[in-house]
This record gives sequence, structure tokens and C-alpha cells, in this order.
Amino acid sequence: MKFLIKFLLSLGEWGIARITRLGRGSQFLFETLTHVGQSLVRFRLVYHQIYSVGVLTLLIIMVSGLFVGMVLGLQGYYTLSDFGAESSLGLLVALSLTRELGPVVAALLFAGRAGSALTAEIGLMKATEQLAGMEMMAVNPLERVIAPRFLAGLISMPLLAAIFTALGVWGGHIVGVGLIGVDEGLFWSRMQGGVDFYDDILNGFIKSLVFGFIVTWIAVFEGYDCVPTSEGVSRATTRTVVNSSLAILGLDFILTSLMFGEI
Amino acid sequence: MTDLGNSGNKSDNQAYSLTDNALVQLVDVSFSRGNRKIFNGMSLDIPRAKVTAILGGSGTGKTTLLNLIGGRLKPASGKVIVDGLSVPDLSTRELYALRKRMGLLFQSGALLTDLNVFENVAFPVREHTKLSESLIHHLVLLKLQMVGLRGARELMPSELSGGMARRVALARAIVLDPMMIMYDEPFAGLDPISMGITVKLIKELNHALGITSIIVTHDVDEAVTIADYMYLIGEGRVIAHGSAEEMKNSSSDEVRQFMDGLPDGPVAFHYPADDYRTDLMGVDQ
Ligand SMILES: Nc1ncnc2c1ncn2[C@@H]1O[C@H](COP(=O)(O)OP(=O)(O)OP(=O)(O)O)[C@@H](O)[C@H]1O
Ligand SMILES: [Mg+2]
Repeated sequence: MKFLIKFLLSLGEWGIARITRLGRGSQFLFETLTHVGQSLVRFRLVYHQIYSVGVLTLLIIMVSGLFVGMVLGLQGYYTLSDFGAESSLGLLVALSLTRELGPVVAALLFAGRAGSALTAEIGLMKATEQLAGMEMMAVNPLERVIAPRFLAGLISMPLLAAIFTALGVWGGHIVGVGLIGVDEGLFWSRMQGGVDFYDDILNGFIKSLVFGFIVTWIAVFEGYDCVPTSEGVSRATTRTVVNSSLAILGLDFILTSLMFGEI
Repeated sequence: MTDLGNSGNKSDNQAYSLTDNALVQLVDVSFSRGNRKIFNGMSLDIPRAKVTAILGGSGTGKTTLLNLIGGRLKPASGKVIVDGLSVPDLSTRELYALRKRMGLLFQSGALLTDLNVFENVAFPVREHTKLSESLIHHLVLLKLQMVGLRGARELMPSELSGGMARRVALARAIVLDPMMIMYDEPFAGLDPISMGITVKLIKELNHALGITSIIVTHDVDEAVTIADYMYLIGEGRVIAHGSAEEMKNSSSDEVRQFMDGLPDGPVAFHYPADDYRTDLMGVDQ
């Protein structure tokens, strides 16, 4: 009986802590959004962040995109050839990438590469009193540090997902057409005929935008809210990767069922 | 000054003639961290255009006091007034406007690690003014020259020693010519020469520009040479206050203990704890 009560108590405590944190996170998001306007005016700050958040993530995105596309080409060919439909290989590769794999895998990589770096950087700035120092110099860290990074993440993510998808299609082409010998004309024309701008490309774009929003939000909040010690920063970095990966996969299911589902 | 060393709240609230001329006033301030009361009915006045030293042991809440004045922390009760404005009641915008007129020199320096020395000092100028690049250049080099680090302008903060970082932070704190500067342990970790330079600099800033200075320190000797007025704080309140002369010659036990660095006396050296012997025996329970 005692154990049960203890268990319920700790469950309640856990729940309250989660909800409080969600509240703090939302308030933080709201305050950040009020400063996004100023960041647009001082775009130079955002521009620097796009470099460290976006450009530095480019390599891993491109390499992964290429390999994912190549694997898709191989797997797709084996399955399709059973039905004599290998000419649809291009369509299969393109649809899987634009609708799902492009936004989702790119966002997972983005969380691991850029999200963790953002959290660690902001967390260390907090731990070394740089954020407090800014506040005392009458410079709002939300405006000077957080908002430009947030905006940079939001801008970078859809671009990275698009590059991932493009490289993936190319990878599928290398394997399908180059190695296996699927007819090149059919590869492209089926793709062109089957991929819809609104249904596939735009929906994929919306997904990547949502993922960019959620990953960057989690990353900057975890950094800003961390316990200002080495251990606190390392924990926050881990939480960023775990939480944003879960958020990406969960949101992907919701978005997919809204966009493509009959439920 | 007969109330020197008079422990007890009555002495803190007794008006003395500084009040009219005070830039900063704390009235009956209380502040707690968790269950621990850091301040309990703390009252003090910081006179305008003077150097005021706040002395106190480690962990007595000196840094906390500066954060209360700077509006980074809010008192549980009592008033914090800076230049006629009640700090805890200011809106964010008003608070930031006030902060532009005061500098806080952090214990750690708190330089921005992604900017070099020059850009660190230029940071507040770029954020708050629209001065031309050549003016900024002049201004920054002038302040760096004052702290003797003009030659180090290209270095990154990671390439500076602790004392150098603190001097850069000082240059940054004075770059916009504030009305008041709060120094958190400005002498800790400085070699005798840098110490001399810093002492001279604080005096100069105070005399030439009339900048009000608050120096938080446990370095009694330096405080005596530099301060016009001194407060000794401990146990959440002001233990004694007076001019440097008065403090030096005070006969009160608390003041003597601190000024002479005696381990035993009325001021407890230990963080509040259970009885030592019970604590040591406590493993078995
Ligand atoms: N973030 C915090 N959370 C909880 N307690 C804190 C925090 N910061 C400081 N304290 C407590 O407040 C008390 C006063 O701290 P403060 O930093 O003001 O001391 P100080 O007088 O500046 O000491 P020092 O001379 O060592 O710098 C300390 O006893 C410390 O335990
Ligand atoms: Mg301190």
C-alpha cells in the first residue's frame, strides 16, 4: 500500500514537473517570437547563424541523402520487378523521398547535428554568465542570441530537406538507371507524371517546416533553460536529441494522417 | 558616528545624512534562496559620486546584493531604489533603460567567447548606438589603453588570463560612460601591478568622471585605500558601516574580526550546519 502511494506521488510529481516545463517552454517560445521581427531587421545575425546551423549540416545531409536514395533504388527495384513494374522506380523513389524520408530523415540528422550544437552553445553561454552579462548590458539575450538562431533553424530545415530529397533522387537514378539499367526515359517521365506539386512536394515542405520549428524550439529552449553546470549542459544536449527525435516521429504520424490519410 | 558596529536592526534603519544624496537605496530588503534567508531586513545607502565598498565573507550574499540592484533578482520584501526608480517594479523596457546607465563587472568577467577583445568592448556600443566605425575604433582603443590591453585587441577571450579577462570586462563596462559601476571582486586573482592599475583606474573613473562605484570585495586592505565609505555585511544584514577611517579604527568585535582576519569572533565562518560532533556520528543512522 505504502509503495503504491509512493508510486502515485512520484508519478504526480513527474507529471507536474513536465507540465510546468511545457508551460515555461511555451512562454519562452512566445517571447522569442515577439523578437523575431527585430531579427529580420538585423538580418546579419541570422545570416551568421544560417551558416553554423545550416551550412555546416550540409555535408551529412548530402551524404545521407545520396545513400538513402541508392538504397531505395535497390530495394525498390527488387520489389517492383516482381510485378514487372520496374519502370515506376523513379516514381517510387521520388514519392518516398518527398513525402516521408526527405523531411523526416533530414530532420533527425538536423536534430543530431545542429540541434545538439545549439543547445550546447547556449547552455555554455549561460554557464559562463555570458547571457547574464548581456542582460546587465541592457541587451536582451532573447533578441540577440535566441531569436536569430530560431529563425536560422526555421529557414535552414526546409532547404536541407529539399537538398536531401534531390540528392536522394539522384542516388536512386545512379543505382536504378546507371547500375541496374532501368530505362532512363521511363524513370524520369513516370516520376514527372506521378509526383504532384501540392500533394507531395508542398506537403513535404510543410512537414519540414514544422520539424524545423519544433527541433529549433526544443534546442534553444533546452539550452536557455539548462542547469548552468557542465553536467546540466550535457544533460540538456542529450534531451534535445531525444526529445526532438521523438517529436519528429510523433508529429510525422499526425501530419501524414492529416495530409494523406482517410482517417 | 557612534553606531559603528552596533549589531541589531535598529542601527541599520537609523537615518544618516547620506540619504538625500544616495544613488542606490536598499530599504529593509529580504531575500531567500530556498529555505535559506540570504538577506533579512538589509538597509543601506550608496552615496552618489563616491566609492563605496561592501565587505563580507564568502557566501554572505555580496553578489546577490549586486544582482538585486541590477534587477536580475527581485527581493521578497523591501525596496530597492536606484536613481529614484524602484527597480523591482520597473517594466522590462524601463529596466533595460536603467541598465544602460550602470555597469556590472562580473566576478568571472563574462566576456562573449565568440568575439575577440576589441569586439567585446565594442559590443555595447554597437548594440546601443549608431556611431560610425571610426568613432567606435577610437572609443574602444581609448578604453583598452586605460586598462593597458590595447595590444591585446585581436586576442580571443580563451587566450586571456583571468586577470586580463577581468580588465577587458572593465573596459567594456566603462565604454558607454555609465553613471555607476558595480565591481564584483575586482581584485581577486590580480598580480600586484594589475591590482595597482585597477585601484588607480577605479579612483580615476570616480574622480574624473564622477562615476559612482560600488566595490564588492573581501580584500580589506585594498578596500580601505580606495573606498570613501564602507559597509560590512553578514548574517543577512549590515553589521557595521562608516568611512574607511572609522572602520579601520573601530573597536567593535565584528569589525575587528573582519579587518584583522581573525577566525574566531562574533561572525560565524561556517555555513549553517548541524552540530559538528552529531554530524560526524551520523553515518550509523
Ligand atoms: N543560484 C543559486 N541557487 C541557490 N543558492 C544560491 C544561488 N546563488 C547563490 N546562492 C547562495 O546564496 C548565498 C550568497 O551567494 P553570493 O554569490 O551572493 O555570495 P558572495 O557573497 O558573492 O560570495 P563570494 O564572496 O564567495 O563570491 C550563498 O550562500 C549561496 O549558497
Ligand atoms: Mg560573489
